[in-house]
Amino acid sequence: MSASSTLPQPPATAEVVATLDIDLDERLNFTSDRIVLTPREIRHGERAWPLSTKLSLTHHDHAGVGTLELSDGERLLAAWRYTLGRNPAALKFEREFNRWKECLTSGKPPAEPAETKCPICQAPIPPDEEECPNCARELHTPPSTWVLLRLWRFAVPYKGMLFAGFLLTLAATAATLVPPYLTMPLMDDVLIPYQNGQPIDWAKVAWLLGGLLGAALLAWALGWARTYILALVSERIGADLRTTTYEHLLKLSLEYFGGKRTGDLMARIGSETDRINVFLSLHLLDFATDVLMIAMTAVILFSIHPWLALITLLPLPIIAWLIHIVRDKLRTGFEQIDRVWAEVTSVLADTIPGIRVVKAFAQEAREAQRFREANRHNLEVNDRLNRVWSLFAPTVGLLTEVGVLVVWVFGIWLIAKDTITVGVLTAFLAYISRFYTRLDSMSRIVSVTQKAAAGAKRIFDILDHVSSVPEPKTPAPLPPVKGGIEIDDVHFRYGNRAILRGVSLTIRPGEMIGLVGHSGSGKSTLVNLICRFYDVSEGAIRVEGVDLRNVPVAEWRRHIGLVLQEPFLFFGTIAENIAYGKPNATREEIVAAARAAHAHEFILKQPFGYDSLVGERGQSLSGGERQRISIARALLIDPKILILDEATSAVDTETEFEIQQALNNLIRGRTTIAIAHRLSTLRRADRLVVMDRGQIVEIGHHDELMEKQGHYWRLYMAQSKQLDAPPPLGAEEEAA
Amino acid sequence: MNFQLTRNAFGRLVLTTAEGAVHEGVVPVRAFALTAPEEDIALVSAEGKELVWLPTLEGLPEATRALIREELARREFMPEIRRIVAVSSFATPSTWTVDTDRGPTTLVLKSEDDIRRLKGPGSLLIADSQGIHYLIRDRRALDAASQKLLKRFL
Ligand SMILES: Nc1ncnc2c1ncn2[C@@H]1O[C@H](COP(=O)(O)OP(=O)(O)OP(=O)(O)O)[C@@H](O)[C@H]1O
Ligand SMILES: [Mg+2]
Repeated sequence: MSASSTLPQPPATAEVVATLDIDLDERLNFTSDRIVLTPREIRHGERAWPLSTKLSLTHHDHAGVGTLELSDGERLLAAWRYTLGRNPAALKFEREFNRWKECLTSGKPPAEPAETKCPICQAPIPPDEEECPNCARELHTPPSTWVLLRLWRFAVPYKGMLFAGFLLTLAATAATLVPPYLTMPLMDDVLIPYQNGQPIDWAKVAWLLGGLLGAALLAWALGWARTYILALVSERIGADLRTTTYEHLLKLSLEYFGGKRTGDLMARIGSETDRINVFLSLHLLDFATDVLMIAMTAVILFSIHPWLALITLLPLPIIAWLIHIVRDKLRTGFEQIDRVWAEVTSVLADTIPGIRVVKAFAQEAREAQRFREANRHNLEVNDRLNRVWSLFAPTVGLLTEVGVLVVWVFGIWLIAKDTITVGVLTAFLAYISRFYTRLDSMSRIVSVTQKAAAGAKRIFDILDHVSSVPEPKTPAPLPPVKGGIEIDDVHFRYGNRAILRGVSLTIRPGEMIGLVGHSGSGKSTLVNLICRFYDVSEGAIRVEGVDLRNVPVAEWRRHIGLVLQEPFLFFGTIAENIAYGKPNATREEIVAAARAAHAHEFILKQPFGYDSLVGERGQSLSGGERQRISIARALLIDPKILILDEATSAVDTETEFEIQQALNNLIRGRTTIAIAHRLSTLRRADRLVVMDRGQIVEIGHHDELMEKQGHYWRLYMAQSKQLDAPPPLGAEEEAA
Repeated sequence: MNFQLTRNAFGRLVLTTAEGAVHEGVVPVRAFALTAPEEDIALVSAEGKELVWLPTLEGLPEATRALIREELARREFMPEIRRIVAVSSFATPSTWTVDTDRGPTTLVLKSEDDIRRLKGPGSLLIADSQGIHYLIRDRRALDAASQKLLKRFL
């Protein structure tokens, strides 16, 4: 078959039914190109392939590259490659192709395509777009750099107090500016006349000194009130920030946690919120006071003597310019320090829970080295920053010294010319000494602001993150759950790796499904999707006819009792752990659940029975004991759907049998999905579902599947062989 | 050598073992894709079973070697960043305009955590929002402007 069509070229424009913009060429170099589907043919540049029933399009992807292949049943005609961002377009192209191919056989015009919905927000996608315009945009907009201003959101509830604090700041600052002003009459009207031979006017002295004392007392009282109120507010803002961030973090999907390190998240929520807090309560307050002080001082100085004021304020623009120069350097530096700091905590968060492995392999020295390395990195970054920073503060100091000197020179000259009095110069000097010390502390605000901004950015990184299993915008009420689950052509990928490929399964209410298959075949992944820890990439999971993505997440999960492959217990007592999903459970309920899970007896052996502590992550219990507690935990909430992912893998066969017995009573009336490698565990299952590399390969009852002599049979035989005699090394593979 | 490798009309690799077993859709996989890409290559069947282990490609017939290399080149996609032209912002998510050995493109960095330090000095692996991995072989060998941009994210 020749590549270029012999048919007359159809009028192109109106007839195009689908296009695919491909962005990679044969050798995987970036290009931009387009293939076009018309009702009659597929075109790519000069080449065209007329539609025929023999043609078929298939797509697959690997390592972030999708491939769309066109073949005619005998050989490959063409292959197009694209990055996965184009995947929705490619799928649509394929759909359209199949739709039009079908009408070649049926002769009927194609049916209208079903309305497609965004897999993320469930909004219908306009027919001419492949991706949901809302969700595609969200991902790519970076947060604004004016992060600190965004903290305002947390300040709003305290507006009133903040305003009061501001007024107090204003008043307190004004009060501190009174004393230097009073030195002027003290000099000019009292001391200097006295030197010139006039007696001291004691009444006036008392009046002036009283004023000095009064101003000081007033400033003290106002300052106290202001600091107290604002510290109160900032502490609350800090706490709100911390809890809001944590609450948000808890709502994020497992996918988010998969990509994050515990130490990093802990650093963000712990120390960085605190840093912002200190910034708000201490530095920002100081800064506001400083600015007010400088503004007021400037006004006073100008009102006394404009020229001298001008000279006094001269270093100000120079300092502003300096600040501007170092600011950028500092900000990036502080961001880096934060990240390095997170690295240091991450090493700890990594090693301490794994301390048994570290010791077992005698790797203490290596771990210490890793920590030292992280610290060295920390030092390096800090050193670089300090080089800039250490120069900055003394420079500001020098400038202020020079400033004072200039004021002296100019002042003496003005006095010599009799333009100003000694009192004015004294007042000026009193003012600027305050003024410059403030300036010095003000320049420090640069570094703390940048630190806080870097911290704020990292916190808003969390807050801005939209969960990848979002709550539906318009949640559909979850109808009474009977336990049926409909899995409809589900595809799923972690990153760019396809894990599930077209899984369809309808689970009837009350049915027990045994899920078996090789390690890594996607069993736990399917369970994760049913629990909606992740959202499907394609297809849908429905309960009682409603798409899981349309119902409130928490409400759905309340119906699921889940026993995980790796049981996790929280620090606390055994009873608390069993009652985790139902904190108000009675003691009878707890004991009943523990009995059912065959945990009761070993719990009684613990020193305080149900009140014994389990240690962090349940360290003080054996693997099988932990599993039984987590079974009890799942049973206690009396779920409609029970999911047991290798729930009994770590207990001995006899105990497993006993748990089985107990479970049999409990399973009745509940939908149960049980995953097990020990196939004997699943003999009671109504249906066994065999998975292999992300697909369901066999469904049926034990006997049926044994008769078939397919995948299940091979798995089963391999195990029974194992039971009879330990197989030689490598036999496992053979059986696989 | 005790196997034969050919390409069929569908563009798939076909491996015939010495015993005469025929496997269609064989794929070569690098066992150490980052640390030793040229050594330890496995030929894996479509079902994911290892068929042949090649500690090195040396000593294979030229045609076989070419087929393997071709298939690797076709399957692997790890553009190497040569230059960072611009970044949309220093806060993530950030869109980078880069020059790679496979031509210019843009990538979206979702968070700084997607930059992974590799063993080699200065070498980095950057995962973009679509799961494509970009390699920076040695960041100190980039031009000054690129280094400066990159540093903001490290
Ligand atoms: N968070 C993750 N990120 C990336 N890949 C993952 C993740 N979790 C699982 N996988 C991959 O998905 C595949 C299926 O994993 P899954 O846990 O579903 O297997 P399984 O059938 O439960 O196996 P097992 O019987 O060993 O528990 C595996 O190849 C695994 O490497
Ligand atoms: Mg599993």
